[in-house]
Amino acid sequence: MSDATEFSAEFFIDKIPYAHFLGARIELAGDEMTAILPFAQHLVGNPILPALHGGVLGAFMEMTAMAQLALSEKRSRLPRPIGVTVEYLRSGRPLTTYARAVVKRVGRRVANVDVEAWQESRGGAHRHPARELPPGGARQGLKSGVCNCSRELRQCATFSPAFAAMPD
Amino acid sequence: MTESGLAAILPQLASAAPHTHALGFSLVSHEDGVAILKAPYREDLIGDPDTRVLAGGLVTTLLDHASGMAVWLALDRFVSIATLDLRIDYMRAAKPGLDLMARAKCYKLTRSIAFVRAWAYDVTADDPVAAAQSTFMLDSDGGRTLGSNLKPSSAKARP
Repeated sequence: MSDATEFSAEFFIDKIPYAHFLGARIELAGDEMTAILPFAQHLVGNPILPALHGGVLGAFMEMTAMAQLALSEKRSRLPRPIGVTVEYLRSGRPLTTYARAVVKRVGRRVANVDVEAWQESRGGAHRHPARELPPGGARQGLKSGVCNCSRELRQCATFSPAFAAMPD
Repeated sequence: MTESGLAAILPQLASAAPHTHALGFSLVSHEDGVAILKAPYREDLIGDPDTRVLAGGLVTTLLDHASGMAVWLALDRFVSIATLDLRIDYMRAAKPGLDLMARAKCYKLTRSIAFVRAWAYDVTADDPVAAAQSTFMLDSDGGRTLGSNLKPSSAKARP
């Protein structure tokens, strides 16, 4: 990919086979990005309930972090993940899943991204006033990003702080 | 293992759910509390079109599923389980064209929680692509019956 390439919402659906496999798409409202994963039968991990496979939610949120980072940081290559933590709050029901990512910090080589995924309703304002990065907190990375308020997140399926290596 | 009947359904547990079937997972081998699962390299599961490396999300799903299998093997029976927490370190990119393997070990069971570690690799187990650490809730259906996720959420109790 040439340096001139800018990642667009279409890039992720058209050029990334795995995003296409999941059936995920990306919508932009100005600079606000929402990733959308419509329910599909091949995403089911537990056919009894039925529930989405936990890996699907993790993969979808990881893709969301990647896409947000690629869209807001103009780089020539896709960021690569270093570490991902997924906190599962409930099972994913057979419905459309949405996710949004917040880029917490972008360093020269490493970036931190938080992702929240939900279905139907996002469950009111979910804020983390006490979760400001401490001085030098970016180095602690995941620890500083871990959300401990899962009980308040009734409507949110999952929450994931992720790292991604920033390509040159 | 023969008494519980788990062995007979292990291949189904590895690959019969719609998503694991779509990804082509298969059980390579197993022992007490340990499962080795394989995901074949496929063009439609590529995450970076430049490098043709498999998507990180596929590694996530393979590690998650291998870890769940390890829980059933440690319990020696099938119960409904749900991932509570999953942490993954990506050490390097998987090599394009190679199948991906995951070895998971459930190293602790309590009444309601299972603790698992897992590694993903493509060539040898001592050169891992990624490592995972996860916890699972046991009997996670909590009495929820067939199709309970199909009910509208407003019908659910909200304490």
